[in-house]
Amino acid sequence: MYPPEFEYYQASSISEALSLLGEHSGAKVLAGGHSLIPAMNIRLADPGVLIDIGRISDLKGISTRNGSVRIGALTTHAMIAASDSTPQALSEAAGKIGDPQVRNRGTIGGNIAHADPGSDLPTVLTALGASIHTTSAAGERTLAASDFFTGILETALNEGEIVTAIEVPAPAKGSGSAYAKLANPASRYAMVGVAATVTIENGKCTAAGVAVGGLTPTATRAVSVEAALVGETLNPDLIAEAAQAVQNDLGDDILEDIHAGAEYRKAMAAVFVKRALTAAMERTKAG
Amino acid sequence: MGYVGESVRRVEDPRFIQGQGKYVANLQLPGMVYAAIKRSPYAHAKIKGIDVEAARNMEGVVAVFTGEDLIKGTKFSSPCGAIPCGYVPSDTKVPTHHPLAIDKVNHVGDGVAVVVAESAYTAHDALDLIEVDYEPLPAVVDAKAAAQAGAPLIHEEIADNTSYHWVLGNKEQTEKAFAEADQVVELDLINQRLIPNAMEPRAVTAQWNKFDEHMTVWTSSQNPHIIRLLLSGFTLGIPENKLRVISPDVGGGFGSKIFHYPEEVIVPWVARAVNRPVKWVARRSESFMTDAHGRDHVTNCKMALKDDGAITGLQVYTYANMGAYLSTFAPLIPTALYITLFSGLYKIPAIWGETWGIITNTVPVDAYRGAGRPEAAYLLERLVDLAARELGMDVVEFRRKNLIPADEFPYQTPVAMVYDSGNYKGLLDKAEEMAGYQDMRKDQAEARKEGRLVGIGVSGCIEASAPGPSPIVTTLGSAIGLYETGSVRVHPTGNVSVFTGSHSHGQGHETTFAQVVADELGLPMEAVQIVHGDTDRIPFGTGTYGSRSAAIGASALVKSAEKIREKVTRIAAHQLEAAVEDMVYDRENGTIHVKGSPDKAKTFAEVAFATYYAADLPEGMEPGLESTTFYDPSNFTFPNSAHIAQVEIDRDTGEVTIERYIAVDDVGKVINPMIVNGQIVGGVVQGVGQALWEHGKYDEYGQLLSGTMMDYALPRADQFPNLETGRIETPSPHNPLGVKGAGEMGTIAATVTIANAIMDALAPLGIRHIDMPLSAEKLWQTIQSSDNGGAN
Amino acid sequence: MNIPVSITVNGVQHRQDVEPRLLLVHFLRDVLGLTGTNIGCDTSQCGACTVHLDGMSVKSCTVLAVQADESNVTTIEGLAQDGKLHPMQQAFWDHHGLQCGYCTPGMIMAAVKLVESNPNPSEAEIRHGLEGNYCRCTGYENIVKSVRAAAGAGD
Repeated sequence: MYPPEFEYYQASSISEALSLLGEHSGAKVLAGGHSLIPAMNIRLADPGVLIDIGRISDLKGISTRNGSVRIGALTTHAMIAASDSTPQALSEAAGKIGDPQVRNRGTIGGNIAHADPGSDLPTVLTALGASIHTTSAAGERTLAASDFFTGILETALNEGEIVTAIEVPAPAKGSGSAYAKLANPASRYAMVGVAATVTIENGKCTAAGVAVGGLTPTATRAVSVEAALVGETLNPDLIAEAAQAVQNDLGDDILEDIHAGAEYRKAMAAVFVKRALTAAMERTKAG
Repeated sequence: MGYVGESVRRVEDPRFIQGQGKYVANLQLPGMVYAAIKRSPYAHAKIKGIDVEAARNMEGVVAVFTGEDLIKGTKFSSPCGAIPCGYVPSDTKVPTHHPLAIDKVNHVGDGVAVVVAESAYTAHDALDLIEVDYEPLPAVVDAKAAAQAGAPLIHEEIADNTSYHWVLGNKEQTEKAFAEADQVVELDLINQRLIPNAMEPRAVTAQWNKFDEHMTVWTSSQNPHIIRLLLSGFTLGIPENKLRVISPDVGGGFGSKIFHYPEEVIVPWVARAVNRPVKWVARRSESFMTDAHGRDHVTNCKMALKDDGAITGLQVYTYANMGAYLSTFAPLIPTALYITLFSGLYKIPAIWGETWGIITNTVPVDAYRGAGRPEAAYLLERLVDLAARELGMDVVEFRRKNLIPADEFPYQTPVAMVYDSGNYKGLLDKAEEMAGYQDMRKDQAEARKEGRLVGIGVSGCIEASAPGPSPIVTTLGSAIGLYETGSVRVHPTGNVSVFTGSHSHGQGHETTFAQVVADELGLPMEAVQIVHGDTDRIPFGTGTYGSRSAAIGASALVKSAEKIREKVTRIAAHQLEAAVEDMVYDRENGTIHVKGSPDKAKTFAEVAFATYYAADLPEGMEPGLESTTFYDPSNFTFPNSAHIAQVEIDRDTGEVTIERYIAVDDVGKVINPMIVNGQIVGGVVQGVGQALWEHGKYDEYGQLLSGTMMDYALPRADQFPNLETGRIETPSPHNPLGVKGAGEMGTIAATVTIANAIMDALAPLGIRHIDMPLSAEKLWQTIQSSDNGGAN
Repeated sequence: MNIPVSITVNGVQHRQDVEPRLLLVHFLRDVLGLTGTNIGCDTSQCGACTVHLDGMSVKSCTVLAVQADESNVTTIEGLAQDGKLHPMQQAFWDHHGLQCGYCTPGMIMAAVKLVESNPNPSEAEIRHGLEGNYCRCTGYENIVKSVRAAAGAGD
């Protein structure tokens, strides 16, 4: 319950944040603090320097423009969960993170920069084909979600680079998305988490994005599942069969712990792909 | 008046709902320093050396001490003694337990050094600077494995790591019953290790007055007097008349705060050594590796049956994991609070039980809500369930057939206990009725047609509460009699202070005990104030655990109140110039009047003042109005229950939903129905925790895998429906209040009720038994690999 | 390194120099002496430390005091106004929503915000909404009853 010592600097603007990061090599960025502070409380993290970007108001907020929803990195899970503009899979997933208190502080930027395999948003962003906007002293860049997450607690962020915004396609007519999760009974992290988005036009599925997380080092695009759906008329049997195909996409590196072994998690991947797809399909009717 | 039996709102709540609870961690004393303890990361290792120099020299650090310092003493603080075991049946081998380890560490979390610093943050920083040179040794965590030849020896003096072997029952009759049985049902089962996790982590603060040579220790304990006795007699060596132990508000215990912990020795010892008040508060992950754990039995059990469903015999063989040291009551739990309950609610003429208490490289195991009785209920009710199935009988019918009939009380079991009173048939009938059991089975049949895994679980449980008669418990091995102290002091102005040796850490004694005393004396509740938790204010006490406080603590107050009433009546008679036999003590109005002449009366307050004014008291009578009773119960009490639960297992994931939970309990007379119900519901939820989610899990190296709440799954609000609770009331004949104790019944019954429900759900798949916790993964795997597998 | 902070707690402004690593819960308990907010775990799960930060329920063990600079904090001690209990406090008392009391301040603070954002919560919504608050004593049932009663009282 007693974090180790660190130096602390507060940035009131993005440029100040970058400058501080430049000055203090190895510094960690503090946003909502709900991945970093718990780690420091049990002394699993010992960052010598923290740069607090939590007050940079430019980085907070959700806006829709040109068919794209842009979510500032400091937008909290509670804000996303309450939003009508973000794809449902995203607001649904945000609403399943932790609990109300955690959601009031945790941010999407902090969550994805931390890249815990058991977290929910990376899976959703992977399924939605999100773009991650960053900035650094070297300039701005945009990464695809599938390129952003590189391993357990690892991202493509360079030192001194911070996430500024996440962009996802705005929910289109005929599309529906959902997030379904098998939660660890103790931590309530995702042992398996599935995000699915489908678009139905003239009775056929024209697009599908399915990603599975929780059981792999990074979220995985379930391309076999997607292939089984696109061009087809979706029905429960087809969805069930397509869900089974996820086994081809998971790879060999399946995470395990005392709550769930690999065999169970892989089987649950198919179960939750089915659940997420079923819910997503239902929601296409509302659009 | 008539407070007893009413759901009076709790008088202690105002301070808790406004953030004014007096928990030990809240204490602020001038000059206070903070302690942190360096703990072993190894389950079993020799300590080759400890280097504290860097820690000592850190800015803000006041001192650092090791185990050697504590047992050698310093110029200012005399040597500590080893922590004793408070319950030692004959032939029990007790390992030496120093407050801080000296030569070797025996479990992950075993303390090796203590730092005190100006802030808690600094103290924890300093821990990182303490270098301990360990030589790791092979560790053993499983009780059965530790008892085998060739297992790592943990304490030199304890061969085969076997601390004791305890037996009870009628062995010959049992062998005969099994020889003549029509059928025998056998089970190997595990009652898994649990970690209590009261919401308040343990805390100790101590203040030494070197001029008076007086020590005050605040500790979050369920029994401050017992701690004072052990500190005084064994570990700290300060005489009891110079030692004050205070357990103020304590945030839950469930047994885990009964025991005398190393920190209760270390903190005052250090306070004396540095001459400053010292505070220590456990971090939660520290609690996980230091608070006494619960359960952890490996058991083989068999039930002998006749074809008509009569149970004729029971045999139980248990390896009970004691952990690395014997905690204060540890040997009691799997012996005299376990084997003695093997008859359950049933007429079982032949019972034989044996328990081996085994030392392992794990956190010490001791009482945890139910303490031995949940373990007994679990094996018995699992066997009963299986027996019913093997014989093709309905599980309720089978139980009903074997119940001890109401006219056979008092009932002597083959395992020492004499049950006092009970209406077991009424209990089962009521549970059946409340549940609509027949309809539940019909609904289940329909659901099964759809391939749904719906299960109905039944249990009928008994427990022995309110330990216990001193001659019996001391013979069994207790180092102290288990009476309780209750003083009633009437002040000159007529209001009352009550001093009880019971302790409230959630039970609401400040309310329930006031209800009792107010009724006994005929006063409004507001005139009665309950004091607990301070050895300076209360003559003696044995504390709160084993659901004993109403039965023993409140009964002591009834006796004291009786003596007060007697004295008050004699004084009133004297003042009214009437004969004592002609006086009526009117408890409705708090007056004492002459029979037939209600206007010739004195009020309680008038008499109270008169005893202190002392101008005109009966010949030979002392002034003053107070009475103390040390109440020794004549027997244990026997709360009992019938619970029924309906669950559904999600075939796809193995997750369990509890649809309904019906709990019918006989806890004797009820002082406050609202509080009793709260105990039952809280107890049931804890019991379900064991059945479905909780597991204090070690790996083979002795690392605690479930070392934080991230991996130890505690029950949450969204996992339960509202419970349906009912009551049967058969008063206990063994205490003046007729109460039996409600604190543990819910937990004892719930674990096996849910386990039985899940086994019932899986019965169509041919599953006989699965060990707890019945996690989603485990159930899913069972379903997959069963005969019907994934088939619908 | 000490950082000056100005935090308004229960309507009173406090200026202190604090270590950046000082958790808000320690600031409240040890610096200000407001010990009503309890610490029950070290993994940001149990919710015993829940307070209101700028109008939102947060776990004060997972917020640094420096992050609360220039913010408004309400703790359990600040709920009752002019000696009158908040309806949520009253409801917990009336409906036996507590036993040992340790989870209670955090539970009440969380429940107040639950009802504020959802004035007529269903039983399921309350059970779900208190996901971040553990109780080991009550089994939750009377807590849910208390919250429902408080929500009803606000009608």
